[in-house]
Amino acid sequence: MKDHAHYATLREIILPYLPEDIDPSGIGPESLLIEELNINSAHLVDIVLDVEDRFDIRLEDTDMQQMHSVSDALRIIDTKLGNT
Amino acid sequence: MKQRVVVTGLGICAPNGIGISEFSEAMFRGRSGIRYMETLRQLGFRCPLGAAPEVPQDIMERYFSALERRGLTATGLIYGAMAGQEAWYDAGLDVAPPEEPDWDTGVLFGTGILGVDTFREAVMQVDAGNVRRLGSTTVPQTMGSGVSAWLAGKLGCGNWASANSSACSTGTEAILQASWHIRQGRALRMLVGSCSDSGPYIWGGFDAMRILSSLDPADPAAASRPMSARASGFVPGSGAGALLLESLESARSRGARIYAEILGGAVNNGGQRGGGSMTAANAEGVRRCIRGSLEDAGVDSGAIDLINGHLTATTRDPEEIRNWCQALGRSGRDFPLINSSKDVLGHGLAASGSMESVGTVLQLSQGVIYGNTNASDLHPEISRQIDPACVPVKSRNHQVNIAAKASFGFGDVNSCIIFSRHNT
Repeated sequence: MKDHAHYATLREIILPYLPEDIDPSGIGPESLLIEELNINSAHLVDIVLDVEDRFDIRLEDTDMQQMHSVSDALRIIDTKLGNT
Repeated sequence: MKQRVVVTGLGICAPNGIGISEFSEAMFRGRSGIRYMETLRQLGFRCPLGAAPEVPQDIMERYFSALERRGLTATGLIYGAMAGQEAWYDAGLDVAPPEEPDWDTGVLFGTGILGVDTFREAVMQVDAGNVRRLGSTTVPQTMGSGVSAWLAGKLGCGNWASANSSACSTGTEAILQASWHIRQGRALRMLVGSCSDSGPYIWGGFDAMRILSSLDPADPAAASRPMSARASGFVPGSGAGALLLESLESARSRGARIYAEILGGAVNNGGQRGGGSMTAANAEGVRRCIRGSLEDAGVDSGAIDLINGHLTATTRDPEEIRNWCQALGRSGRDFPLINSSKDVLGHGLAASGSMESVGTVLQLSQGVIYGNTNASDLHPEISRQIDPACVPVKSRNHQVNIAAKASFGFGDVNSCIIFSRHNT
């Protein structure tokens, strides 16, 4: 997953939302956004908007509900881009 | 037991100075924060003048993390969060650990309306059918309690966290409300203040009412003239002031520096009767408020050395002087020294009471009085009531022991605080 075409871009989007006490080097494909990376659940909404802007896609509420980990997000981006 | 309340921290984000040291120097030197604003002229404002803090990037970075700065467009929240944090650290307090807040410290931060620029963006998104694009920061930036919520979270305050609103009386009222909370023993410390957004959406309504300065915009520093014969209206301002209030006991036990004591105060409203209206004061309401503050403070009217008035630079300033004369029973040479801070700050609206209270506390603690930079041509109706020497034009060293700070506002609301110098 680390070699995934959009991994680096997604990581860049997520980084600013990490609380100050979370080490950015700890982000991996299987990291859970809320439980492990401690991202405020309200900020998940902002991450979704940033993803939409960067990839020019639209994520629905059902997509957001399935977005638990970094790799979940990559899968959803792929689906929206028609890469699956 | 009734607790005595003291001021142990100060913070400010003012049009003429960011931070206490810059602000106190600007106030003493009479440096104006009023500017000509081309955007106001282009929008067709009758008064193209305004006063807004100019916050440098490095100061933004000191007070807000990169994440907090994302999408941060609510100017009142920026000013309030800065002033509040400065007062907190000035008082020598630490941030609560992640596990538990400080249950004995609260935040009361008032505003008239918060985040109008943020709200405007939201309105445009909603009207375009894009409500889903608002993101998570619209609500925290536009709710009235936005500043108190932000500060309570950043600093870990577990006591009362709320916001008051009473137009241009907001800041002064907030300080009184918080001091009563401490006086009653409900908190040891209260971070208190008020803020007002800047810009055309806040100021437009006042421009439409034709109550803003009509003086030459080419000379912004001379356009706000409290107590002057040429006073023609106020210049709209913005910013935030903050004070850390604390019980005397708590301040002493942790060896905190004490700037001043709050002896007492009063709030009321004139009920829009007896000549009062939405925009004009019922004179009896103002006088009752002033007398009520003296009574609450246990201070004789003769003990007041300095008044920092509301004095907005409209044609109503002589009426305010008349109310002070009647409420205190003092006139002519017997009148206290009096100043307005709106000559250099403009009228900070909901922020005015807190910014001007910070200025009043600085005058008490530093042994100075600020001059009224634009009052050398004193209004004849004022010089008939009080000796012109009571209206200092130049700042000077002068030990003030007891000062009264009053604010009045739309809705016929009044508030008055009695501060005293603290002898340690």
